[in-house]
Amino acid sequence: MGSDEAYNFVFKVVLIGESGVGKSNLLSRFTKNEFSHDSRTTIGVEFSTRTVQLNSFTIKAQIWDTAGLERYRAITSAYYRGAVGALLVYDITKHLTYESVERWLKELYEHAKPNIVVMLVGNKTDLESERSVPTEEARDFAEKKGLLFLETSALASTNVEAAFNNVLEEIHKRVGSTEGVRSSISAVSLSSSRGENAEEQKPCCRNL
Amino acid sequence: MSTDGNKKQFWKRNAAKVPGSIQHVYGAQHPPFDPLLHANLIKAGNKPPPATPGKPKKATTFQEFESITSDAWDVGDDDDELLAMAAQNLNIEVVMETANKVIENHSKQQERQRQDDTTELEPREEDTQEEVAEDEEEDEEEEEYRVGEGDVTSPEVSFASQSSPYTDGRLVKSHSEAPIGSPKAGERAALHRQRSLPHRQPVIPLVARMADQNTSGTPAMTEREASRLDKFKQLLAGPNTDLEELRKLSWSGIPRQVRPITWKLLSGYLPANAERRDSVLQRKRQEYFGFIQQYYDSRNDEHHQDTYRQIHIDIPRMSPESLVLQPKVTEIHIDIPRTNPLIPLFQQASVQEIFERILFIWAIRHPASGYVQGINDLVTPFFVVYVFEYIEEEVENFDVSSLQEEALRNIEADSFWCMSKLLDGIQDNYTFAQPGIQRKVKALEELVSRIDESVHRHMQQYEVEYLQFAFRWMNNLLMRELPLRCTIRLWDTYQAEPEGFSHFHLYVCAAFLVRWRKEILEERDFQGLMILLQNLPTMHWGNEEVSVLLAEAYRLKFAFADAPNHYKR
Repeated sequence: MGSDEAYNFVFKVVLIGESGVGKSNLLSRFTKNEFSHDSRTTIGVEFSTRTVQLNSFTIKAQIWDTAGLERYRAITSAYYRGAVGALLVYDITKHLTYESVERWLKELYEHAKPNIVVMLVGNKTDLESERSVPTEEARDFAEKKGLLFLETSALASTNVEAAFNNVLEEIHKRVGSTEGVRSSISAVSLSSSRGENAEEQKPCCRNL
Repeated sequence: MSTDGNKKQFWKRNAAKVPGSIQHVYGAQHPPFDPLLHANLIKAGNKPPPATPGKPKKATTFQEFESITSDAWDVGDDDDELLAMAAQNLNIEVVMETANKVIENHSKQQERQRQDDTTELEPREEDTQEEVAEDEEEDEEEEEYRVGEGDVTSPEVSFASQSSPYTDGRLVKSHSEAPIGSPKAGERAALHRQRSLPHRQPVIPLVARMADQNTSGTPAMTEREASRLDKFKQLLAGPNTDLEELRKLSWSGIPRQVRPITWKLLSGYLPANAERRDSVLQRKRQEYFGFIQQYYDSRNDEHHQDTYRQIHIDIPRMSPESLVLQPKVTEIHIDIPRTNPLIPLFQQASVQEIFERILFIWAIRHPASGYVQGINDLVTPFFVVYVFEYIEEEVENFDVSSLQEEALRNIEADSFWCMSKLLDGIQDNYTFAQPGIQRKVKALEELVSRIDESVHRHMQQYEVEYLQFAFRWMNNLLMRELPLRCTIRLWDTYQAEPEGFSHFHLYVCAAFLVRWRKEILEERDFQGLMILLQNLPTMHWGNEEVSVLLAEAYRLKFAFADAPNHYKR
């Protein structure tokens, strides 16, 4: 299970957003190419990985999925710790889930690194006829907030690869292009000063 | 009175968690309660299994009876009634005569079974004329039993090896529903009497039960299973069910036929006193539907709509397959192989509405926690077990709308109350920041560090935090890690144990983790470990595996029962 797999970096990415928007299916679509109509509510954290090639680098994406009902999550801060990327997901057919995006951003920045890479993801484009969040409105919002933006369909497998790959690429840019030490334990952390050659790696960084 | 004091002490621990208090109730017993005989048997060294600390029976005196008898539901309710019954029950002659009658009846029944195979039976008038309540209780018991199924805990196994069409669509009422003295259902009775159990005297003492297995899936009951079922029936039939004995018996698993009523008794929902059961049930059910009338319409009001909305999102996503393991689908729009026959059941709108009501009412009556995802899973075993009481044909074909509306309402109310009782014991799992879960996960870590240092070190080495996988174990009581049939079997023991869902569960989790030590130690990186721990291969698990798990957990509990505080809840 990946222990002999050669990879240069491990990037921890978290999926956040309201309950029912499709986080778990985005995860399973990306890491296993699977989709389930009956996916149960996520409890605690669920975890999956996928290794991708970025330019000449092998990157192991360590993706964390959690319940959308965040109010009672006992493990919030632990969940975000060490994350270098986040996909903030909403459901394009449920405007309420888009309205809470600001709140999610707030929580994200409270617990994660300030320069974490964030992509706003409007999921369920297969339900175009029921759309209630205009693409342009969301795109403008993302731009204003310095977020990446894509609309996806985990069901139809549209843009899912693109979403994750874009985030990983952006993370990689911020980390720098030097080779990192292979480590199965510590996720790479973002260095506060960009463009430095030396890759900063904190051995005490926990995977949470 | 010292033993009496001890007994009080023992049960006091539970008092905070369960309304009223569950105390040992004395009354007519099967076989006839002969103090002399009883004393001899105790001497003979037939110990009850160590599942719960053995408590010696005491000779009853009126004063003792009066001081320790109480209803499982409301302490102090109907005191006069209780006293009157106490006076009545303690007359030894009456007791013996009663018990003899029951045994007589039992043998009569056995005779009858051999005589009429498939013919319809008229209501047995001679029984309805009996003045003694226990006889009627036992008759009703006999009628409810499904023929020749053993303890089928697996929903995947097909039910009812005989074809048994409803003659008029009417279903047998459950034991707890049929009022005392009602005429017996003839057609149903015919089917049930095909059972061919050897007639046997009620056996005392009860044999050691730790090794008993309630195997699932075998159409014909083994002799051992039949014997266990018999013991349950005896306990359940008395005017006062001996809850302590019922617990001991239940620890090793409850035969499917008697699981619904046993669960209701163990949880304290049904009173031990059989005569009071109907009135209590009626009252509690009315109370629940009173709540519905009072609150359910407000679910879209501003102050409730968040609660309701979340529930409304979660319920349609509940299908039993998701309580097993998620099936893999590699292409969309392909029908997922529906191997779990409960799925049609859970897809019915009426079932979903039932769940929504139960959870909504519970949530608004428990504002300290409100609804927390995962609580929805906890309704399922109750609902399924209580519905199964009515299922004769293949589960796949079971249409909930074929149930009488009243039956479904009763199932709903009973599920609500039993789930409430369960949650009462683990409330702080779900209050803000879920401190109960955090504590338990910490305790799990401590425990594992002591019972399996290699595993613990291994987790530390790869920086796997217990909270990352065990959170779900605590939040959902292992329901996400086990097939539903295993959960149901597990809950037999949890309800037999004192604070099973909170305290014993910890040891079960420890035993569960260590059960996979080989697989765990083979994983050499964080990712591998996490994925293993969140996808443990239990899909094929059944009673056997659960029994082994429980035995190991029990062993751990005994080893650490006196350990420092952080092992305790």
